[in-house]
Amino acid sequence: MTIEHTDRSTDVVEHPEQFTNPGLPPHRPRLGDEDPKANKLSERIVLAIFTVSVLASIASIVGYFAIPVDPEAGSMGNTRLSTIVIGVGLGLGMLGIGVAAIHWAKSLMNDHDKVEERHEIAGDEETRGTAVEMFNEGVRDASIARRPLLKGAVGGALALAPLPFLVPLIGNLGGDWDVSRFKRTAWAPGDNGDRVYLATDPTNRRIKAAEVTVGSLFHVMPWNLPEHPNYLDEKAKAVVLLVRLDPQDLKETEERASWSYDGIVAYSKICTHVGCPVALYERETHHLLCPCHQSTFDVTDEAKVVFGPAGRALPQLPIDVDENGYLVAQRDFDEPIGPSFWERER
Amino acid sequence: MTTDLAPGPKVDPKIAATADFLDTRLGISKMFKGLGRKLFPDHWSFLLGEIALYSFIVLIISGTFLTMFFVPSMTEIHYPHDALPVTMQGQPMSEAFASTLNLSFHVRGGLFMRQLHHWSALIFVGAMVIHMLRILFTGAFRKPREINYLIGFLMLITSLLAGLTGYSLPDDVLSGNGLRITDGVVRSIPIIGSYLSFMVFGGEFPGMDVVPRMYALHILFIPGLILALVAVHLFLVFWHKHTQYPGPGRTNKNVVGFPLFPIYVAKAGGFFFIVFGILGLMGATMSINNVWNYGPFDPALVGAGAQPDWYMLFLEGSLRLMPSWEVVIAGFTVPMSVLIPAVVVPGVLFTVLGAYPFIHNYATKDTGEHHVLDRPRNAPTRTAIIVAVLSVFFVLLAAGSNDLIATHFSLSLNAITWAFRVLFFVLPVVAFIVTKRVCYGLQRKDRELVLHGHETGRVVRFASGEYAEVHKPLDDFERWVLVGPQPERPLEIEPAEDSNGVRRPGHKKELRRQKFSRFFYEERVEPVTPAELVAAHATGAHDALPASEERDARELEARTH
Repeated sequence: MTIEHTDRSTDVVEHPEQFTNPGLPPHRPRLGDEDPKANKLSERIVLAIFTVSVLASIASIVGYFAIPVDPEAGSMGNTRLSTIVIGVGLGLGMLGIGVAAIHWAKSLMNDHDKVEERHEIAGDEETRGTAVEMFNEGVRDASIARRPLLKGAVGGALALAPLPFLVPLIGNLGGDWDVSRFKRTAWAPGDNGDRVYLATDPTNRRIKAAEVTVGSLFHVMPWNLPEHPNYLDEKAKAVVLLVRLDPQDLKETEERASWSYDGIVAYSKICTHVGCPVALYERETHHLLCPCHQSTFDVTDEAKVVFGPAGRALPQLPIDVDENGYLVAQRDFDEPIGPSFWERER
Repeated sequence: MTTDLAPGPKVDPKIAATADFLDTRLGISKMFKGLGRKLFPDHWSFLLGEIALYSFIVLIISGTFLTMFFVPSMTEIHYPHDALPVTMQGQPMSEAFASTLNLSFHVRGGLFMRQLHHWSALIFVGAMVIHMLRILFTGAFRKPREINYLIGFLMLITSLLAGLTGYSLPDDVLSGNGLRITDGVVRSIPIIGSYLSFMVFGGEFPGMDVVPRMYALHILFIPGLILALVAVHLFLVFWHKHTQYPGPGRTNKNVVGFPLFPIYVAKAGGFFFIVFGILGLMGATMSINNVWNYGPFDPALVGAGAQPDWYMLFLEGSLRLMPSWEVVIAGFTVPMSVLIPAVVVPGVLFTVLGAYPFIHNYATKDTGEHHVLDRPRNAPTRTAIIVAVLSVFFVLLAAGSNDLIATHFSLSLNAITWAFRVLFFVLPVVAFIVTKRVCYGLQRKDRELVLHGHETGRVVRFASGEYAEVHKPLDDFERWVLVGPQPERPLEIEPAEDSNGVRRPGHKKELRRQKFSRFFYEERVEPVTPAELVAAHATGAHDALPASEERDARELEARTH
C-alpha cells in the first residue's frame, strides 16, 4: 500500500533523499522580556538570594568564634554543632552565589541563541604546506639527516640520563629487599632455643590449656610481642586463632596429630587470600570466615577452604604445653602465612 | 528591558584604565577577542564534567586545609587523656591517626573539612564516571576528540589512585585493611610481586613508610598530574569547540549556544558555587568515615560489613566472586583467585574503556569530523555494548556488598555469591540484546512519530461514517531531530579479485574488518525520508486535519487495495 503511493507521488515530484535542516527555531520570549514587572521581580529574587548568601557566610564565621572545641571547653556536642554551623553557613553562602548567578543569567541576560562557524581542525593545504616546508628547513638547518650516528647518540644519552635518578629511587624504596622475611614469623624459637608462649591479643597474657574450654575462641599473639621493635610487622604475620574442639570432631592427618593439644588447634589468623584477619568464628559449623572476601575455612578439617576465593588452607601452628600447663608453640609455621606470592614454595 | 541589544553604556574610566594596563602588558584584548564571546551549547549533560572539575577544586581547597593539621607519620604515640573522643584516650596509635582525631575534634571546622573532602572525592569520581558514560553514549569521543577522550581516561585512572592513596592516610582499621588487601593484590603479580610489595611498604606490611609515601603521592604528585591533565583537557575543549546535540539549525559546521561572557561566566561560574555549596551542606550534615569508631590500625582487627569507597567497590566485588584457584608452575606460585579478579578483570575493563574510540574507528573507518552528538538510540550497538559493560560493573558493585545484601535480606551469602558468579557472565549478554532491541524500538517509535504525528485526542467522523483520531503533524523543527541524523553503514570493501582476476593483497584483513563493521552497523533503522513522509500523508487517515472530499476518496481507494 505504502509503496504504491510512494510511486505515485514520485511520479509527480522528485523528493530529496534527506530532509534539509530547517535552521534555528524562532526565539520564544520569556515572561520578563515582555512584562517589566516580571523582569523587576526576577531582579528582586536575585538580590534576595545574594542576601541569603551573605547572611549565611556571616553566620558561619560567628559559629567559628562562638563554639569552642578545644580540650578544656570542648565536648562531642560542641564539635557537632561547630561542624554544622560552619559547614551549613559555608554551604549556603556558596549555594546562594551560585543560584543567584544562574537565576540572573537565565531570567535577565540575553537568551537569544547565537551561531558561530566551526573551522576544520586540520590546517588547510596551504598551512600544511607551509608547516612541512618550515619543518624541512629546520631539519636542513640542523643537518641531522646526514648524521645517523648523532641521532643514535642523542637517543642513547636521553634513554640513560633518567637512570641515575630512577635507580636510586627504586633501589631505596624496598629497604633491604629481603622478601624471604615473608616466610618467617615471631613464632620461631629464640636463639637460645626458647619456645614462644601463646598469649592473648591484645592483653598479652599467657594462656593455660585448661582455660580453653570446648567451643571457645582465643585471639592469640606471641607472648611479649608488643616489645618487639617491629611490633606491627611481626603482629601482621604472627596472629593466630586458637580453638578447642571436641577431639571427636577433629579430623587430623597422621602427620599433624602432634600439632594439636587435647583438641586445641591454632591456625594463622591471616587469610591466605589477600591477608585480612579471619576474624569471624561460627561456633556451630566450626567455620572461620574472613569478613573481607568471605573465604570460609573448616577448623575441624585442617582449616581447608570450604567457600570463597582463598586458594589454600590456613597454615596451622604446631602447639604444645609446658610443664606449668601454658600453651607454647613447638616451632614456627611449616609454610609461609598470608597471601600467596611468586616465591612462596621456593 | 535589560535584554535589548542596543549599544552598551559608556565604559567606566576606571575599568578602561585597568583594561588598558592589562592589554599593554598581557595583550588581553586579543585574548578577549578570541575567547570572550566564544559560544557554548546548552545541555544538562554538559554539566557532568563541570561537576567533576568543581569537585576537584573543592578537593584542593579542603585538602589544603587538612594538610595544615594532619601529620603523616606512623610513629607510635599514646592519645592524650584530655582529648576527645573518650574511647581513644590513652590508646597507642600512629601520629597519623592521632592527628586525624585531633583535627576532627579540636580544630574548629576540621571535621567539616574532612567530611567535605571525603564527599567531594566520592562525587568527583562519580561525576567523572557519569561524564565518561555521557561521552560514550553520545559518541562525543569520535574524531577529532579521541585524544581528549584518552586524557579524560587517564584522569579517571589517576583519580582512582588519588582516592586509594587518600583513603589510606588516616591509618585506622579500615584503611589499614585496605592497604593489606592492596598488599595481597600486589604480591599476587608473577615474578615481581614480592618486590613490588616491598617497594610500596619499604619492607614488610605495614612497616613505617607507607603513610608518608602515600601522603607525598596524594598531596603532590597525583593532584599535580591531574591538574596538568585538566589543563590540557579544557584547552582541547576550547580548541575543538564543544559538541552539540542534534537540533534545528545545528550542523557539523557550526556551534549554536550562548557566549562565554557574560552568559557562561554567570552560568558555569554560578554552577561552581552550587557544586561547592551542595558539597558543603553534605560535609556539614552527613557524617562519613568516622574513624574513631573503627580505632587505630591493628593487623589483627577487621570490621564485618566494611565497604571501601564506592569506586573501589567493583574490585572488592570482583575479589569476592572469584572461586578458589591457585596454581604452582615449576615451583612458582600464581594465586589466580587474586590475580584474575584484581589485576586481569580491571585490566581488561580499563583497556577496553580506553581503547574504545579506536575500536570505533576500526569499525567505521571514520574520515569526517563529528561535532553533532548521537542520540544513544541512534547508535544501537554502541549503546548496547556500553550497557553490557555497565551491567558487569553493577554486578561487581553488588557483589562487593554481598555480605550486606545477605544480612539485610536474610539470604544465604553463598547463594548470593553463586548468583552473582552466574550473572557476571549472563547479564552482559542479556543487557546487550535487550538494549539493542530497545534502541531499535525507540528508533521505530521515532519513525512512527514522524510519519503519523502526535496523537491529539481529537476524534472526528468522516463523511463515510468512519471515526478516526486526528494526528498533529510535527513541525519542521521538531521533525529535524528525528530525521536529521543519518545512521552509520557497514564498511564497503573492494572485491577479492580486481578486474583482471588477480587477487588483491590484504583482502582477508579487509574482510575481517568488514565483518566487525557489520556487527556494529548491519542492522539499522533508517530515518524517514521526505518521500516516505509524503507517502504517509497521502495514505494515512490519522495524520492531517479532517479531509476534503478528495482525500476521503483517495483514502477509500487506498483501503480497497
